Amino acid sequence: MLFTSYAFLGFAAGLLLLYYLLPRRCQQPLLLGASCLFYLAAGPKYILYILFTALTVWFTGVRMGRNTQKAAAYLKEHKEELGKEEKKAYREGQKRVRRRWLAGCLVLNIGVLAVVKYTNFFLANLNGLLTAAGRTGQLSFFALALPMGISFYTFQAVGYLVDVYRGTVEAEEGPFRFLLFVSFFPQLIQGPISRFGDLSQTLYAPHAFDGRQVSFGLQRMLWGYFKKLVVADRLLAAVMTIVGDVGAYQGAYAVVGMLFYTVQLYADFTGGIDVTIGLAQALGITVKENFERPYFSKSLKEYWRRWHISMCSWFRDYLFYPLSTSKAMQRFTKFTRKNLGDKVGRRLPVYVSSFVVWFSTGLWHGASWNFIVWGLLNYAVLMASEELEPLYAKFHARFSVEGRLWYRLLQVGRTFALVCVLNIFDCYATLGETVQAIGSVFTVHNWGVLWDGSLLKLGLAGLDYGILTGGCFLMLGVSLIQRSGSVRERIGRRPYWVRFILWYGLFLAVLLMGAYGVGYDASQFIYNRF
Amino acid sequence: MKKGYIRTVASALVVVGTLALLQRLLVPKYVDGIVEGAFVAEYYKEVKDHDLLFVGDCEVYENFSPAVLWQDFGINSYIRGSAEQYIFQSYYLLEDAFRYERPDVVVFNIQSLQFAEAQSEAYNRMSLEGMKWSPTKVKAIFASMKEGEHFLDYLFPILRYHTRWSQLEPTDVEYLFHAKPVSFNGYYMRVDAKPAENVPTGKPLADYSFGDNAWKYLDKMVELCEKEKVQLVLIKAPSLYPYWYPQWEEQVERYAREKGLPYLNFLELQEETGIDYRTDTYDGGLHMNLSGAEKLSRWLGEWLVEHTGLTDRRGEEDLSARWEEKLSAYEAEKRRQYEFYGIETGN
Repeated sequence: MLFTSYAFLGFAAGLLLLYYLLPRRCQQPLLLGASCLFYLAAGPKYILYILFTALTVWFTGVRMGRNTQKAAAYLKEHKEELGKEEKKAYREGQKRVRRRWLAGCLVLNIGVLAVVKYTNFFLANLNGLLTAAGRTGQLSFFALALPMGISFYTFQAVGYLVDVYRGTVEAEEGPFRFLLFVSFFPQLIQGPISRFGDLSQTLYAPHAFDGRQVSFGLQRMLWGYFKKLVVADRLLAAVMTIVGDVGAYQGAYAVVGMLFYTVQLYADFTGGIDVTIGLAQALGITVKENFERPYFSKSLKEYWRRWHISMCSWFRDYLFYPLSTSKAMQRFTKFTRKNLGDKVGRRLPVYVSSFVVWFSTGLWHGASWNFIVWGLLNYAVLMASEELEPLYAKFHARFSVEGRLWYRLLQVGRTFALVCVLNIFDCYATLGETVQAIGSVFTVHNWGVLWDGSLLKLGLAGLDYGILTGGCFLMLGVSLIQRSGSVRERIGRRPYWVRFILWYGLFLAVLLMGAYGVGYDASQFIYNRF
Repeated sequence: MKKGYIRTVASALVVVGTLALLQRLLVPKYVDGIVEGAFVAEYYKEVKDHDLLFVGDCEVYENFSPAVLWQDFGINSYIRGSAEQYIFQSYYLLEDAFRYERPDVVVFNIQSLQFAEAQSEAYNRMSLEGMKWSPTKVKAIFASMKEGEHFLDYLFPILRYHTRWSQLEPTDVEYLFHAKPVSFNGYYMRVDAKPAENVPTGKPLADYSFGDNAWKYLDKMVELCEKEKVQLVLIKAPSLYPYWYPQWEEQVERYAREKGLPYLNFLELQEETGIDYRTDTYDGGLHMNLSGAEKLSRWLGEWLVEHTGLTDRRGEEDLSARWEEKLSAYEAEKRRQYEFYGIETGN
């Protein structure tokens, strides 16, 4: 059920109505029922995957939680009898038990994700290697369909499990409550990857009808639909035309493709998250923000703190930190410091951990070398920036440009251009095509196509460019205003008729300028496929 | 509190009003170029006491002239047809017509048997949008929708035509609140001629059987006419293409025999009707022009009087007066088109 389908709008409207009409004790079962229904709409068999994840993670969480309680109770009971070393040994012993539970459950769930998402990628690479080795015959691929949102709900469930293991959240005892956490439908297909500690605070609480919250939520959804339907889906035709035929669209076209795709990706993904957060807000549930005006970032490092925040923080908290503080890495650090000197030895383990994180980030986005190279290129730029930091510091010490508007704009522009180039790696069908397209920017000099009317042959008419320009300026304006607080609250303080005109105007813009219905292919949100 | 209610009601009125206005503005008016989309809606402006109803696709609305049937035989007829009107749409348009009147005879052109399912969303729109809302229209929509179409788009056509604002014409404003008549009792007039030359023969088909869904709706049409005690006549208009295969003809003949229905294949009645494919078609044999349509109508009128007992109603004062007006518009359009196409009529 696409967020942009009539079915979804009817589904959400019906749910909201029932949610506030039924007694509050029915809200949780209703949400769970709605989430299951939403998932079933994608194909009945896929619900087994999410049920498997929810059940195994819930069970393991409960076991670990009880183990933690048992250990605490034991230590409390034997506080006087046990010595310091005995207590430590007991704690370690219990932690090992929990770690075994954690490892088993992680293997199961990451295993399922790996099998359904990466088996054919693995086989394709193996076939490549076999061919290179001169072997004839190819391994057959499996007809594995990717269950909807598996990357998102698996990561969300795994995050919960690690939190329980670490004792940062208490295990959820109710299986249905936990299933609701994993399957909460607004965020099921493209995130954000919520933390149990955050989402559970409002997910399980009963909610009285709050007109302000509901209207703010609906306003946010409307804004999301504007970004998705008016901007992102309008750009889709041009992006598909350019990346669909790398031989025909080179040089300036490739640059246009990069720019269009970066705008499309932003409007699509943030639009989808707006719908998610807005619907959750209308239901009284707080879902954490996933973006913080990422294209205003002055460096790639800053960009990754502001883009897809929930995914980045997941990799940081559940992969980078555990890896970089692991015993193996500590031993490696000791080794490198001893053999390569203090300066290099201290950095190398961080770089190794970061490499693993960015390789995984790329792989998480898709089973393709495009994504892996995209992840590693991000890694390379980030590490290079890190290495060049002393040079920047010297430059800034010599020239007092930092903080000046033009310099900030230059930094923002530079980062945006960099992101445009990096993003295009997840757009072309193959890595070879991506490299060919980027290479053509330097070898094919067809810059005249930018103004000779050729851009009107990409599936966009002059009017479409007008709408896109207006849409981009509106998104830019909203982002600028957002820096000093919520736009909706600001509008909310205006007189009634001003508010009415603004929101109804936005509704009409979506209605009349949205790329939907006959003549437009209903496009799923880009991040759905991850 | 009272102020809040007033504000809410006023806002709702503004929303409903602007959306209704926008919808009216954006839906195609079908007054220039492709006018076929306007035919179905024109029926509702009629005084509904017809003796004869035609249902079918372009092979009825371009091939038979109700004006001639009135002038020569006193038969009050109407054509409920639109472009590529599928058999299920013809059935529901007939069911819809029976909500208002009981004609003595229904003539159905069986060309659409070849399509068991809808082929084009655009044709669906032309056949269905003009229907007045009723349970019959809802059934017609559900029977017609192709994959990717939504009932909601029919209920609120603004959702379908939301991007038409970039293609609006002055006629969209001119005919915002009223429609311009474009047919003559459902007949689409063309006076120009283009001889039928090099008519393509049909390519062999893998399967010549009509689809189950098409038969289902023909059965329903037969049952409906039996229930309403209306004589159903099946016809095949004399269009040279799309090619009418002998295998199709056999199936229809067999069906008509089994059901005891009269069946007239005008492709085989060229001599009787006097159709001359050099002068009586405006698009090389696909559709009749005025000359061809009038010839067919004269022959059919005679046949109907002889075989179905339709009587001459020219003596009815009110009806004659209504037809007087229609005939004058019909003649005016003839003159306009003769002039437009530069055709000497000798009158």
